[in-house]
Amino acid sequence: MGLFDKYNHIIDRHSKLDDFDVDPFNVCVERVISPTVGVINGQETILVGTNNYLGLTFEADCVDDAVKALKEYGTATTGSRIANGTYVDHVQLEQDIASFLNYRAAIVFPTGYQANLGILAGLADKSDTILLDADSHASIYDGCTLSGATMIRFRHNSPADLDKRLERLKDDKSNKLVVVESIYSMFGDRAPLDEFVDVKNRHGVSLLVDEAHSLGVFGDHGQGLAAEMGVGAEVDYTVGTFSKSLGAVGGFGASNHPLFETLRYTSRPYMYTASSSPSNVAAAITALRHIRTRPELRAKLWENAEMLYNCLSDLGYDICAPMSPIIALRMPDEETAIYHWNLLFKAGVYVNLALPPGAPNRTCLLRCSVSARHSSEQIGHIVDAFAKCSAIISPKAHQQAAVAL
Amino acid sequence: MDQEGAVIWTPEGVLDEIRSLLEPYNPNGVEISLETDFSSELNIDSVAAMNLVMEIEDKFAIDIPINQLPDMNTPKDLVDIVLVRVNK
Repeated sequence: MGLFDKYNHIIDRHSKLDDFDVDPFNVCVERVISPTVGVINGQETILVGTNNYLGLTFEADCVDDAVKALKEYGTATTGSRIANGTYVDHVQLEQDIASFLNYRAAIVFPTGYQANLGILAGLADKSDTILLDADSHASIYDGCTLSGATMIRFRHNSPADLDKRLERLKDDKSNKLVVVESIYSMFGDRAPLDEFVDVKNRHGVSLLVDEAHSLGVFGDHGQGLAAEMGVGAEVDYTVGTFSKSLGAVGGFGASNHPLFETLRYTSRPYMYTASSSPSNVAAAITALRHIRTRPELRAKLWENAEMLYNCLSDLGYDICAPMSPIIALRMPDEETAIYHWNLLFKAGVYVNLALPPGAPNRTCLLRCSVSARHSSEQIGHIVDAFAKCSAIISPKAHQQAAVAL
Repeated sequence: MDQEGAVIWTPEGVLDEIRSLLEPYNPNGVEISLETDFSSELNIDSVAAMNLVMEIEDKFAIDIPINQLPDMNTPKDLVDIVLVRVNK
Protein backbone atom coordinates (compact mmCIF):
# COMPACT_ATOMS: atom_id res chain seq x y z
CA MET A 1 0.00 0.00 0.00
CA GLY A 2 1.65 3.24 -1.14
CA LEU A 3 1.09 6.69 0.27
CA PHE A 4 -0.84 7.75 -2.81
CA ASP A 5 -3.06 4.66 -3.10
CA LYS A 6 -5.74 6.39 -1.06
CA TYR A 7 -6.15 8.87 -3.91
CA ASN A 8 -6.74 6.25 -6.63
CA HIS A 9 -10.43 7.07 -7.01
CA ILE A 10 -9.65 10.79 -7.26
CA ILE A 11 -6.86 10.14 -9.77
CA ASP A 12 -9.30 8.06 -11.87
CA ARG A 13 -11.85 10.84 -11.75
CA HIS A 14 -9.29 13.48 -12.65
CA SER A 15 -8.03 11.42 -15.60
CA LYS A 16 -11.36 12.04 -17.38
CA LEU A 17 -10.12 15.58 -17.93
CA ASP A 18 -7.30 14.24 -20.12
CA ASP A 19 -9.75 14.05 -23.04
CA PHE A 20 -9.92 17.83 -23.14
CA ASP A 21 -7.35 20.38 -24.29
CA VAL A 22 -7.30 22.22 -20.98
CA ASP A 23 -7.55 20.93 -17.43
CA PRO A 24 -10.02 23.30 -15.72
CA PHE A 25 -8.17 22.77 -12.44
CA ASN A 26 -4.75 23.52 -13.85
CA VAL A 27 -5.27 26.63 -15.93
CA CYS A 28 -2.16 28.71 -16.53
CA VAL A 29 -2.68 32.39 -17.30
CA GLU A 30 0.21 33.27 -19.56
CA ARG A 31 -0.40 36.99 -19.63
CA VAL A 32 -2.74 39.32 -17.78
CA ILE A 33 -4.04 42.10 -19.97
CA SER A 34 -6.48 43.69 -17.54
CA PRO A 35 -8.54 42.69 -14.48
CA THR A 36 -10.99 41.01 -16.85
CA VAL A 37 -8.81 39.67 -19.68
CA GLY A 38 -5.96 37.16 -19.69
CA VAL A 39 -4.16 35.01 -22.22
CA ILE A 40 -4.62 31.29 -21.61
CA ASN A 41 -3.32 28.63 -24.01
CA GLY A 42 -2.34 31.45 -26.34
CA GLN A 43 -5.93 32.67 -26.49
CA GLU A 44 -7.25 36.00 -25.24
CA THR A 45 -9.90 35.08 -22.70
CA ILE A 46 -12.51 37.05 -20.76
CA LEU A 47 -12.09 36.20 -17.08
CA VAL A 48 -15.39 35.64 -15.27
CA GLY A 49 -14.13 33.59 -12.35
CA THR A 50 -11.52 35.69 -10.54
CA ASN A 51 -13.40 37.12 -7.50
CA ASN A 52 -11.85 40.43 -8.58
CA TYR A 53 -15.15 42.11 -7.77
CA LEU A 54 -14.03 45.73 -8.00
CA GLY A 55 -11.26 45.14 -10.52
CA LEU A 56 -8.64 46.90 -8.40
CA THR A 57 -5.68 44.70 -9.39
CA PHE A 58 -4.50 47.22 -11.98
CA GLU A 59 -5.68 50.40 -10.24
CA ALA A 60 -2.91 52.90 -10.88
CA ASP A 61 -2.24 54.04 -7.34
CA CYS A 62 -2.55 50.51 -5.92
CA VAL A 63 0.19 49.44 -8.34
CA ASP A 64 2.25 52.61 -7.68
CA ASP A 65 2.05 52.21 -3.90
CA ALA A 66 2.95 48.52 -4.15
CA VAL A 67 5.98 49.37 -6.31
CA LYS A 68 7.00 52.15 -3.90
CA ALA A 69 6.82 49.75 -0.96
CA LEU A 70 8.75 47.13 -2.91
CA LYS A 71 11.54 49.64 -3.49
CA GLU A 72 11.51 51.06 0.03
CA TYR A 73 11.10 47.85 2.04
CA GLY A 74 12.30 45.12 -0.32
CA THR A 75 10.69 41.97 -1.68
CA ALA A 76 9.84 40.33 1.63
CA THR A 77 10.02 40.73 5.40
CA THR A 78 11.78 37.34 5.80
CA GLY A 79 10.25 36.99 9.24
CA SER A 80 7.10 36.35 11.22
CA ARG A 81 5.02 39.05 12.85
CA ILE A 82 6.39 38.15 16.29
CA ALA A 83 9.98 38.48 15.11
CA ASN A 84 11.22 40.99 12.51
CA GLY A 85 8.15 40.80 10.22
CA THR A 86 6.03 43.67 11.52
CA TYR A 87 6.60 46.81 9.45
CA VAL A 88 4.89 50.14 9.86
CA ASP A 89 2.47 49.34 7.03
CA HIS A 90 1.28 46.10 8.67
CA VAL A 91 0.30 48.17 11.69
CA GLN A 92 -1.26 50.86 9.47
CA LEU A 93 -3.35 48.29 7.57
CA GLU A 94 -4.59 46.78 10.84
CA GLN A 95 -5.61 50.21 12.10
CA ASP A 96 -7.35 51.00 8.81
CA ILE A 97 -9.34 47.76 8.88
CA ALA A 98 -10.34 48.18 12.53
CA SER A 99 -11.48 51.73 11.85
CA PHE A 100 -13.28 50.72 8.62
CA LEU A 101 -15.28 48.01 10.41
CA ASN A 102 -15.71 49.91 13.69
CA TYR A 103 -13.76 47.40 15.72
CA ARG A 104 -11.23 48.00 18.46
CA ALA A 105 -8.51 45.93 16.74
CA ALA A 106 -7.66 43.92 13.64
CA ILE A 107 -4.95 41.34 13.00
CA VAL A 108 -3.56 40.79 9.52
CA PHE A 109 -2.53 37.39 8.14
CA PRO A 110 -0.65 36.46 4.94
CA THR A 111 -3.76 34.88 3.33
CA GLY A 112 -7.49 34.63 3.94
CA TYR A 113 -7.12 30.90 4.53
CA GLN A 114 -4.59 31.56 7.27
CA ALA A 115 -6.85 34.22 8.78
CA ASN A 116 -9.53 31.59 9.43
CA LEU A 117 -6.95 29.14 10.68
CA GLY A 118 -5.38 31.72 12.97
CA ILE A 119 -8.57 33.23 14.36
CA LEU A 120 -10.45 29.95 14.88
CA ALA A 121 -7.51 27.99 16.27
CA GLY A 122 -6.61 31.01 18.39
CA LEU A 123 -10.08 31.57 19.83
CA ALA A 124 -11.10 27.98 20.53
CA ASP A 125 -9.47 24.92 22.01
CA LYS A 126 -10.56 21.45 23.03
CA SER A 127 -12.60 22.80 25.94
CA ASP A 128 -14.82 24.85 23.58
CA THR A 129 -17.60 24.08 21.10
CA ILE A 130 -17.83 25.56 17.61
CA LEU A 131 -21.17 25.44 15.80
CA LEU A 132 -20.51 25.94 12.10
CA ASP A 133 -22.72 26.24 9.05
CA ALA A 134 -22.74 22.97 7.11
CA ASP A 135 -21.60 24.67 3.88
CA SER A 136 -18.64 26.47 5.44
CA HIS A 137 -15.46 27.05 3.44
CA ALA A 138 -12.59 24.58 3.81
CA SER A 139 -10.57 27.18 5.71
CA ILE A 140 -13.27 27.27 8.39
CA TYR A 141 -13.38 23.49 8.68
CA ASP A 142 -9.59 23.38 8.84
CA GLY A 143 -9.43 26.17 11.42
CA CYS A 144 -12.01 24.42 13.59
CA THR A 145 -10.16 21.11 13.27
CA LEU A 146 -6.87 22.76 14.17
CA SER A 147 -8.46 24.33 17.24
CA GLY A 148 -9.38 20.90 18.64
CA ALA A 149 -12.82 22.25 19.63
CA THR A 150 -15.91 20.07 19.52
CA MET A 151 -17.42 20.75 16.09
CA ILE A 152 -21.18 20.71 15.60
CA ARG A 153 -22.59 21.40 12.13
CA PHE A 154 -25.96 23.05 11.67
CA ARG A 155 -28.04 23.09 8.51
CA HIS A 156 -26.93 25.62 5.94
CA ASN A 157 -28.33 29.12 6.49
CA SER A 158 -30.80 27.85 9.08
CA PRO A 159 -31.01 29.94 12.27
CA ALA A 160 -33.80 27.59 13.41
CA ASP A 161 -31.51 24.56 13.18
CA LEU A 162 -28.77 26.45 15.04
CA ASP A 163 -31.31 27.42 17.70
CA LYS A 164 -32.36 23.77 18.10
CA ARG A 165 -28.77 22.63 18.55
CA LEU A 166 -27.93 25.39 21.02
CA GLU A 167 -31.05 24.43 22.96
CA ARG A 168 -29.83 20.81 23.12
CA LEU A 169 -26.49 22.09 24.40
CA LYS A 170 -27.97 24.35 27.08
CA ASP A 171 -26.60 22.24 29.94
CA ASP A 172 -23.19 21.98 28.32
CA LYS A 173 -20.79 24.36 30.07
CA SER A 174 -18.27 24.85 27.25
CA ASN A 175 -17.81 28.25 25.56
CA LYS A 176 -19.67 28.32 22.28
CA LEU A 177 -18.72 30.08 19.06
CA VAL A 178 -21.06 30.19 16.05
CA VAL A 179 -19.37 30.50 12.65
CA VAL A 180 -21.11 31.57 9.45
CA GLU A 181 -20.17 33.19 6.17
CA SER A 182 -22.04 36.23 4.91
CA ILE A 183 -21.99 35.13 1.26
CA TYR A 184 -21.23 31.52 0.40
CA SER A 185 -18.52 31.29 -2.19
CA MET A 186 -19.90 28.50 -4.35
CA PHE A 187 -23.63 29.30 -4.69
CA GLY A 188 -23.44 33.01 -3.85
CA ASP A 189 -26.33 32.75 -1.39
CA ARG A 190 -26.39 35.12 1.57
CA ALA A 191 -26.82 34.32 5.25
CA PRO A 192 -29.75 35.70 7.25
CA LEU A 193 -27.29 37.44 9.56
CA ASP A 194 -29.99 39.35 11.47
CA GLU A 195 -31.65 36.07 12.45
CA PHE A 196 -28.33 34.49 13.39
CA VAL A 197 -27.61 37.51 15.58
CA ASP A 198 -30.98 37.05 17.27
CA VAL A 199 -30.25 33.36 17.99
CA LYS A 200 -26.75 34.03 19.30
CA ASN A 201 -28.00 36.80 21.59
CA ARG A 202 -30.78 34.61 23.01
CA HIS A 203 -28.30 31.85 23.81
CA GLY A 204 -25.53 34.17 24.98
CA VAL A 205 -22.88 32.76 22.63
CA SER A 206 -20.33 34.44 20.34
CA LEU A 207 -20.66 34.93 16.58
CA LEU A 208 -17.94 34.98 13.93
CA VAL A 209 -18.82 36.05 10.38
CA ASP A 210 -16.53 35.45 7.43
CA GLU A 211 -17.07 38.37 5.02
CA ALA A 212 -14.60 37.12 2.39
CA HIS A 213 -16.99 37.59 -0.55
CA SER A 214 -18.99 40.54 0.80
CA LEU A 215 -16.31 43.01 1.88
CA GLY A 216 -16.27 45.82 -0.67
CA VAL A 217 -19.42 44.39 -2.23
CA PHE A 218 -22.15 45.17 0.34
CA GLY A 219 -22.79 48.15 2.61
CA ASP A 220 -22.83 51.89 1.96
CA HIS A 221 -19.04 52.05 2.22
CA GLY A 222 -18.33 48.41 1.40
CA GLN A 223 -17.99 47.16 4.99
CA GLY A 224 -19.86 43.98 4.15
CA LEU A 225 -23.21 42.27 4.56
CA ALA A 226 -23.45 42.61 8.37
CA ALA A 227 -23.12 46.39 7.98
CA GLU A 228 -25.67 46.45 5.16
CA MET A 229 -28.14 44.52 7.34
CA GLY A 230 -27.51 46.84 10.28
CA VAL A 231 -26.04 44.15 12.55
CA GLY A 232 -22.33 44.91 12.22
CA ALA A 233 -22.05 45.90 15.88
CA GLU A 234 -23.55 42.54 16.94
CA VAL A 235 -20.89 40.46 15.21
CA ASP A 236 -18.21 39.53 17.76
CA TYR A 237 -15.55 38.55 15.25
CA THR A 238 -15.22 39.33 11.56
CA VAL A 239 -12.82 37.52 9.24
CA GLY A 240 -12.04 38.69 5.73
CA THR A 241 -9.63 38.48 2.86
CA PHE A 242 -7.71 40.93 0.68
CA SER A 243 -7.62 38.59 -2.31
CA LYS A 244 -11.06 39.39 -3.65
CA SER A 245 -12.46 42.92 -3.74
CA LEU A 246 -9.16 44.43 -2.51
CA GLY A 247 -7.15 42.85 -5.31
CA ALA A 248 -4.21 41.95 -3.05
CA VAL A 249 -3.21 38.89 -0.99
CA GLY A 250 -3.83 38.51 2.73
CA GLY A 251 -6.57 38.20 5.31
CA PHE A 252 -7.62 39.58 8.66
CA GLY A 253 -9.60 39.02 11.81
CA ALA A 254 -11.18 41.91 13.72
CA SER A 255 -13.04 42.28 17.00
CA ASN A 256 -14.04 44.53 19.87
CA HIS A 257 -13.03 41.96 22.46
CA PRO A 258 -10.57 43.68 24.82
CA LEU A 259 -8.34 40.60 24.80
CA PHE A 260 -8.50 40.00 21.04
CA GLU A 261 -4.85 40.86 20.48
CA THR A 262 -3.87 38.05 22.84
CA LEU A 263 -4.04 36.00 19.63
CA ARG A 264 -0.82 37.69 18.52
CA TYR A 265 1.10 35.54 20.98
CA THR A 266 -1.18 32.50 21.24
CA SER A 267 -2.29 31.73 17.66
CA ARG A 268 0.22 29.52 15.93
CA PRO A 269 -0.89 30.26 12.33
CA TYR A 270 -0.19 33.92 13.12
CA MET A 271 3.08 33.38 14.94
CA TYR A 272 4.83 30.76 12.86
CA THR A 273 4.61 32.03 9.30
CA ALA A 274 6.32 34.82 7.40
CA SER A 275 4.36 38.08 7.34
CA SER A 276 2.78 39.55 4.22
CA SER A 277 5.17 41.15 1.77
CA PRO A 278 5.41 44.95 1.99
CA SER A 279 4.08 45.42 -1.55
CA ASN A 280 0.99 43.36 -0.78
CA VAL A 281 0.28 45.33 2.36
CA ALA A 282 0.72 48.65 0.53
CA ALA A 283 -1.66 47.54 -2.23
CA ALA A 284 -4.26 46.50 0.37
CA ILE A 285 -4.03 49.84 2.21
CA THR A 286 -4.64 51.77 -1.00
CA ALA A 287 -7.39 49.42 -2.21
CA LEU A 288 -9.22 49.83 1.10
CA ARG A 289 -9.24 53.58 0.48
CA HIS A 290 -10.85 52.99 -2.92
CA ILE A 291 -13.50 50.76 -1.37
CA ARG A 292 -14.27 53.39 1.25
CA THR A 293 -14.49 56.36 -1.03
CA ARG A 294 -15.75 55.07 -4.39
CA PRO A 295 -19.33 53.77 -4.09
CA GLU A 296 -19.57 54.04 -7.88
CA LEU A 297 -17.40 50.90 -8.13
CA ARG A 298 -20.00 48.95 -6.16
CA ALA A 299 -22.83 50.44 -8.21
CA LYS A 300 -21.13 49.32 -11.42
CA LEU A 301 -20.47 45.84 -9.97
CA TRP A 302 -24.14 45.36 -9.12
CA GLU A 303 -25.23 46.74 -12.48
CA ASN A 304 -23.00 44.18 -14.21
CA ALA A 305 -24.14 41.39 -11.91
CA GLU A 306 -27.78 42.13 -12.64
CA MET A 307 -27.15 42.22 -16.38
CA LEU A 308 -25.35 38.87 -16.47
CA TYR A 309 -27.75 37.25 -14.00
CA ASN A 310 -30.82 38.24 -16.01
CA CYS A 311 -29.31 37.18 -19.34
CA LEU A 312 -28.24 33.76 -18.04
CA SER A 313 -31.60 33.30 -16.39
CA ASP A 314 -33.31 34.16 -19.70
CA LEU A 315 -31.17 31.52 -21.42
CA GLY A 316 -32.76 28.93 -19.12
CA TYR A 317 -29.88 28.26 -16.78
CA ASP A 318 -30.69 27.08 -13.29
CA ILE A 319 -29.02 29.68 -11.05
CA CYS A 320 -28.31 28.56 -7.49
CA ALA A 321 -29.10 31.76 -5.59
CA PRO A 322 -30.73 35.18 -5.88
CA MET A 323 -28.80 37.83 -7.80
CA SER A 324 -25.31 38.67 -6.54
CA PRO A 325 -21.85 39.06 -8.10
CA ILE A 326 -21.49 35.28 -7.70
CA ILE A 327 -23.64 33.59 -10.34
CA ALA A 328 -23.47 29.82 -10.02
CA LEU A 329 -25.14 27.66 -12.67
CA ARG A 330 -26.24 24.19 -11.65
CA MET A 331 -25.21 21.50 -14.14
CA PRO A 332 -27.02 18.17 -14.48
CA ASP A 333 -23.93 16.03 -14.01
CA GLU A 334 -20.13 16.08 -13.93
CA GLU A 335 -19.66 15.17 -17.60
CA THR A 336 -21.96 17.97 -18.79
CA ALA A 337 -20.27 20.45 -16.46
CA ILE A 338 -16.79 19.61 -17.78
CA TYR A 339 -17.97 19.63 -21.40
CA HIS A 340 -19.77 22.94 -20.94
CA TRP A 341 -16.73 24.47 -19.25
CA ASN A 342 -14.57 23.48 -22.22
CA LEU A 343 -17.03 24.87 -24.77
CA LEU A 344 -17.02 28.18 -22.91
CA PHE A 345 -13.26 28.17 -22.74
CA LYS A 346 -13.03 27.61 -26.50
CA ALA A 347 -15.42 30.54 -26.94
CA GLY A 348 -12.95 32.74 -25.02
CA VAL A 349 -14.64 32.76 -21.61
CA TYR A 350 -13.11 31.49 -18.37
CA VAL A 351 -15.44 30.61 -15.47
CA ASN A 352 -14.82 28.40 -12.42
CA LEU A 353 -15.73 24.72 -12.56
CA ALA A 354 -16.78 23.29 -9.19
CA LEU A 355 -17.41 19.60 -8.64
CA PRO A 356 -18.32 17.60 -5.51
CA PRO A 357 -17.16 17.62 -2.79
CA GLY A 358 -15.87 21.14 -3.62
CA ALA A 359 -19.45 22.30 -4.10
CA PRO A 360 -22.21 21.43 -1.61
CA ASN A 361 -24.99 18.85 -2.02
CA ARG A 362 -23.17 16.84 -4.70
CA THR A 363 -23.74 19.74 -7.07
CA CYS A 364 -21.74 20.40 -10.24
CA LEU A 365 -21.40 24.08 -11.01
CA LEU A 366 -20.20 26.59 -13.51
CA ARG A 367 -19.45 29.55 -11.28
CA CYS A 368 -19.18 33.09 -12.59
CA SER A 369 -17.91 36.00 -10.51
CA VAL A 370 -18.65 39.41 -11.95
CA SER A 371 -16.31 42.41 -11.82
CA ALA A 372 -17.06 46.13 -11.84
CA ARG A 373 -14.49 46.29 -14.61
CA HIS A 374 -16.40 44.07 -17.04
CA SER A 375 -17.60 46.26 -19.89
CA SER A 376 -21.07 45.92 -21.40
CA GLU A 377 -19.42 44.53 -24.52
CA GLN A 378 -17.63 41.87 -22.48
CA ILE A 379 -20.86 40.86 -20.76
CA GLY A 380 -22.47 40.68 -24.19
CA HIS A 381 -19.67 38.39 -25.37
CA ILE A 382 -20.03 36.22 -22.23
CA VAL A 383 -23.78 35.88 -22.78
CA ASP A 384 -23.27 35.04 -26.47
CA ALA A 385 -20.80 32.32 -25.50
CA PHE A 386 -23.25 30.83 -23.02
CA ALA A 387 -26.04 31.00 -25.61
CA LYS A 388 -23.95 29.06 -28.12
CA CYS A 389 -22.98 26.48 -25.52
CA SER A 390 -26.49 26.00 -24.22
CA ALA A 391 -27.71 25.49 -27.78
CA ILE A 392 -25.22 22.62 -28.06
CA ILE A 393 -25.83 21.14 -24.63
CA SER A 394 -29.63 21.59 -24.59
CA PRO A 395 -31.32 23.64 -21.92
CA LYS A 396 -33.41 20.58 -21.07
CA ALA A 397 -30.42 19.22 -19.25
CA HIS A 398 -30.49 22.18 -16.89
CA GLN A 399 -34.18 21.74 -16.24
CA GLN A 400 -33.58 18.07 -15.42
CA ALA A 401 -30.97 19.14 -12.91
CA ALA A 402 -33.46 21.45 -11.24
CA VAL A 403 -36.13 18.73 -11.06
CA ALA A 404 -33.65 16.19 -9.70
CA LEU A 405 -32.96 18.45 -6.74
CA MET B 1 -40.68 3.54 26.63
CA ASP B 2 -39.33 4.18 30.09
CA GLN B 3 -41.29 5.72 32.95
CA GLU B 4 -40.77 9.29 31.70
CA GLY B 5 -42.04 8.40 28.23
CA ALA B 6 -38.66 8.56 26.46
CA VAL B 7 -37.96 5.97 23.78
CA ILE B 8 -35.42 3.32 24.77
CA TRP B 9 -33.47 2.45 21.67
CA THR B 10 -32.11 -1.03 21.05
CA PRO B 11 -29.14 -1.71 18.76
CA GLU B 12 -31.50 -3.38 16.27
CA GLY B 13 -33.88 -0.42 16.31
CA VAL B 14 -31.05 2.05 15.73
CA LEU B 15 -29.64 -0.09 12.91
CA ASP B 16 -33.05 -0.19 11.21
CA GLU B 17 -33.27 3.59 11.29
CA ILE B 18 -29.72 3.96 9.99
CA ARG B 19 -30.47 1.50 7.16
CA SER B 20 -33.41 3.63 6.17
CA LEU B 21 -31.36 6.86 6.33
CA LEU B 22 -28.67 5.22 4.20
CA GLU B 23 -31.06 4.45 1.33
CA PRO B 24 -30.43 7.70 -0.61
CA TYR B 25 -26.69 7.03 -0.31
CA ASN B 26 -27.07 3.49 -1.67
CA PRO B 27 -28.37 3.77 -5.24
CA ASN B 28 -26.90 0.38 -6.16
CA GLY B 29 -28.80 -1.40 -3.41
CA VAL B 30 -25.78 -2.81 -1.57
CA GLU B 31 -26.97 -4.98 1.30
CA ILE B 32 -26.32 -3.05 4.50
CA SER B 33 -24.83 -5.03 7.36
CA LEU B 34 -23.24 -3.83 10.57
CA GLU B 35 -19.86 -4.10 8.85
CA THR B 36 -20.61 -2.42 5.49
CA ASP B 37 -17.80 0.05 4.77
CA PHE B 38 -19.17 3.50 3.94
CA SER B 39 -16.22 4.56 1.84
CA SER B 40 -15.30 1.46 -0.16
CA GLU B 41 -18.72 -0.21 -0.45
CA LEU B 42 -21.11 2.77 -0.58
CA ASN B 43 -18.72 5.37 -2.00
CA ILE B 44 -19.74 7.89 0.68
CA ASP B 45 -17.27 10.78 0.65
CA SER B 46 -16.48 13.11 3.55
CA VAL B 47 -19.20 15.63 2.73
CA ALA B 48 -21.84 12.92 2.24
CA ALA B 49 -20.76 11.37 5.55
CA MET B 50 -21.26 14.70 7.32
CA ASN B 51 -24.71 15.04 5.75
CA LEU B 52 -25.63 11.51 6.82
CA VAL B 53 -24.55 12.35 10.36
CA MET B 54 -26.81 15.41 10.29
CA GLU B 55 -29.78 13.26 9.32
CA ILE B 56 -28.99 10.85 12.13
CA GLU B 57 -28.79 13.79 14.53
CA ASP B 58 -32.25 14.94 13.46
CA LYS B 59 -33.71 11.45 13.62
CA PHE B 60 -32.54 10.82 17.18
CA ALA B 61 -32.54 14.47 18.38
CA ILE B 62 -28.88 14.27 19.38
CA ASP B 63 -25.68 16.08 18.44
CA ILE B 64 -22.74 14.12 17.07
CA PRO B 65 -19.55 16.19 16.86
CA ILE B 66 -17.98 15.82 13.42
CA ASN B 67 -14.67 15.34 15.19
CA GLN B 68 -15.89 11.74 15.46
CA LEU B 69 -16.14 11.28 11.68
CA PRO B 70 -12.84 9.36 11.38
CA ASP B 71 -14.35 6.77 13.76
CA MET B 72 -17.54 6.35 11.70
CA ASN B 73 -16.69 3.83 9.03
CA THR B 74 -19.52 1.29 9.31
CA PRO B 75 -23.15 1.14 10.48
CA LYS B 76 -21.89 -0.52 13.67
CA ASP B 77 -19.79 2.56 14.46
CA LEU B 78 -22.87 4.73 14.04
CA VAL B 79 -25.08 2.43 16.13
CA ASP B 80 -22.53 2.56 18.97
CA ILE B 81 -22.27 6.35 18.82
CA VAL B 82 -26.06 6.82 18.69
CA LEU B 83 -26.73 4.40 21.57
CA VAL B 84 -24.29 6.21 23.84
CA ARG B 85 -26.05 9.50 23.19
CA VAL B 86 -29.73 8.48 23.12
CA ASN B 87 -29.71 6.29 26.21
CA LYS B 88 -27.74 8.72 28.42
